[in-house]
Amino acid sequence: MSPRKAYETELKELDRLIEKMATMTSEAIELAVRSFEKLETDLAEKVKKIDEEMYGLNVDIEKRCLEVIALQSPVAKDLRTIGTYLKVITDFDRIARYARDIAEVTIHAKAMAHFKPLVSIPHMAELAERMVDLSVEAFLNRNISLTKEVFELEDKVDSLYDEIFREVITYMMEDSKKISIGINYTLVARYLERIADHACNISERVIYMVTGQRVVKE
Amino acid sequence: MNAYEYRRLKNRLASGLALTCVILAMIPLLYILASVVMKGAPALSWEFLTNRTVGTGEPGEGIGNAIVGTLLLVLYASMIGLPVGILTGVYISEYGNNRFGATVRFFNDVLANFPSIVIGLLAYALVVTYLNVGFSLIAGAVALAIIEIPIVANTTEEALRMVPNSLREGALALGISRWRTVIKVMLSSAKAGIVTGALLAIARISGETAPLLLTAFYSNYWSFSPTEPVASLPLTIFRNYNSPSEVLLEQAWGAAIVLIMIVLSLNVSVRLFMRRNANKGQKVRMR
Amino acid sequence: MNHKIVTEKLNAYFGDIHAVRGIDIRIPKNMITAIIGPSGCGKSTLIRCMNRMHEVVPGAQVTGRVLLDGIDIYSRQMDPVIVRSKVGMVFQKPNPFPTMSIYDNVVAGLRLNGVKDRDTLDKVVEKSLRLAALWDEVKDQLDQSGVSISGGQQQRLCIARALAIQPEVLLLDEPCSALDPIATAKIEDLLFDLKEDYTIVIVTHNMQQAARIADYTAFMYLGELIEFGETKKIFENPDNELTEKYITGRFG
Repeated sequence: MSPRKAYETELKELDRLIEKMATMTSEAIELAVRSFEKLETDLAEKVKKIDEEMYGLNVDIEKRCLEVIALQSPVAKDLRTIGTYLKVITDFDRIARYARDIAEVTIHAKAMAHFKPLVSIPHMAELAERMVDLSVEAFLNRNISLTKEVFELEDKVDSLYDEIFREVITYMMEDSKKISIGINYTLVARYLERIADHACNISERVIYMVTGQRVVKE
Repeated sequence: MNAYEYRRLKNRLASGLALTCVILAMIPLLYILASVVMKGAPALSWEFLTNRTVGTGEPGEGIGNAIVGTLLLVLYASMIGLPVGILTGVYISEYGNNRFGATVRFFNDVLANFPSIVIGLLAYALVVTYLNVGFSLIAGAVALAIIEIPIVANTTEEALRMVPNSLREGALALGISRWRTVIKVMLSSAKAGIVTGALLAIARISGETAPLLLTAFYSNYWSFSPTEPVASLPLTIFRNYNSPSEVLLEQAWGAAIVLIMIVLSLNVSVRLFMRRNANKGQKVRMR
Repeated sequence: MNHKIVTEKLNAYFGDIHAVRGIDIRIPKNMITAIIGPSGCGKSTLIRCMNRMHEVVPGAQVTGRVLLDGIDIYSRQMDPVIVRSKVGMVFQKPNPFPTMSIYDNVVAGLRLNGVKDRDTLDKVVEKSLRLAALWDEVKDQLDQSGVSISGGQQQRLCIARALAIQPEVLLLDEPCSALDPIATAKIEDLLFDLKEDYTIVIVTHNMQQAARIADYTAFMYLGELIEFGETKKIFENPDNELTEKYITGRFG
């Protein structure tokens, strides 16, 4: 083992906690989308629980990161890693939060039937889920080649969002009884778009962590 | 008895043994001092110290000229021996690592262990005979100087060695030339050690007898010309000791007291000097 | 960017021991350059080559060139004493001259080179002690022994002494390793102010210190220069893996 035992041990523990949080993020969004599609409330409850646990992890990891900075003076790769952890826990936390919001929509929209087979939303959800999975994997394996696809998918997600938005407005204008569910659809689409955006953030941070380069947004 | 008590007993035994040895070693010294004082005290008087020697044992004889003679011999010897010795010490300390320096050091060590009578013989051959000066104060001074040089060189080198190298580097790094560094920085730091060494060397040569036999010889008069023989305390003792006269014998002891006094006072001033210097270094004025 | 000191294929030996191996380094002017590396990597030896102090050690040898403003300080005609008056040095353990007062210590470099005018010396003492951020603390005790002040003050005295001869470059060999954190902080602040007028090279064991004050950092290992660059880059994203291992403390 290298000379800095306490430091190494602490870094390993941090890695473990972050891994847990990252995996839970993927889990959260998967459950959320499924619960919305099938309108299953117990899936929705599960998502809420995951979100709570992740909030706890968020606080704990942040605390530990700051302790490492205060006590161990990390530099170079260690510094970039800790800095990245501090940022991605926010992204994970947000993703879980939006997943929970999606689940809440499910609980409230349970009574209503979907007015059309959810063509666009499941597709969008699929893309968002994939983006999250890819970024989490890139993060856990420090593999920046996966991030390329994430950035490509973001454009698709954005255009899908516009599409769904227009579609839903049309439906709502047609029939005022559909306004309620229409709004719920819009919200879900919005949450998915936000989730995709956070997935992109995570990918950018991974690139910085591994290479030290910061991605410049055009 | 347990281990601790056993250890304490051992400690006490060892201390006791050491103390006994010290006392045993001191006994001859104390005996000599006591004898000298007892036998020589009757001879001490103002006339004794100021009248000149005659050699017959008649009343009115003293050792005044011998006292002055010894002082002059030591003075002239040191005028030669101290500068040469100190400079030699400096040289050995600075350059002792190269070949020539190592040679100088070697010869210095050899000279330090030379029998003093041989040095006397050398001075005899050189000054008394070759330069045709004859038995003289200057010949005696030369002999004593030769004895003095290696002693002073060694103590000077020691003193310089004690100066931490960081001082030398500090001075060199300021763009001070090497010889100025040695003279102005290192010598002043080594001052105490060098002075101590010089005083001890002087004390040593004041008592040298054998070389004087062949160089300064003896004189009963008050003239102290460098080219004439001169009286000295060690030789006074030597001459008087062989004499049948009771007075002279007593005066020999008296001369011994005076000589011991001179050496003792030099040693004491070394101590005082060292103590004064030690205090100087520790003065820390806080604000 | 201007380079004050440039070394070309610099090698330094202690007898048979090859302490500095073929180093080419360029020290930028008016900036603080730190040299870091594990014990024994040759960093002290390297800077001692820059003011020709290395050759003071018996058996020491130097090959290669060291250019100060383009002039090789090891050329035959160059007097080492002159080099040392242009490139000053402060050592790890404070070494004020114990037999001299604070005043005398500061002007030692000048006085022992012939400057005697009392007014000039007075001015130099005040200026140098102010530069070293020591004037206010000792101005009423200039006649006291140079070793009667605290360790941190002694080190600043040594800096004042080095600055008094108006060098162009100041080399510091782990100047704070014998000092407490407050004294260290004072010296770091002082170096920061000095770099406007001097080129500073500091050898340090303490990486955080290099990170705090240096504009450029050089990493040495086993006598070789492994990496040299802006401190920011070295500590955020070094190019060399060995550098990364060292600064993250993973040299096992």
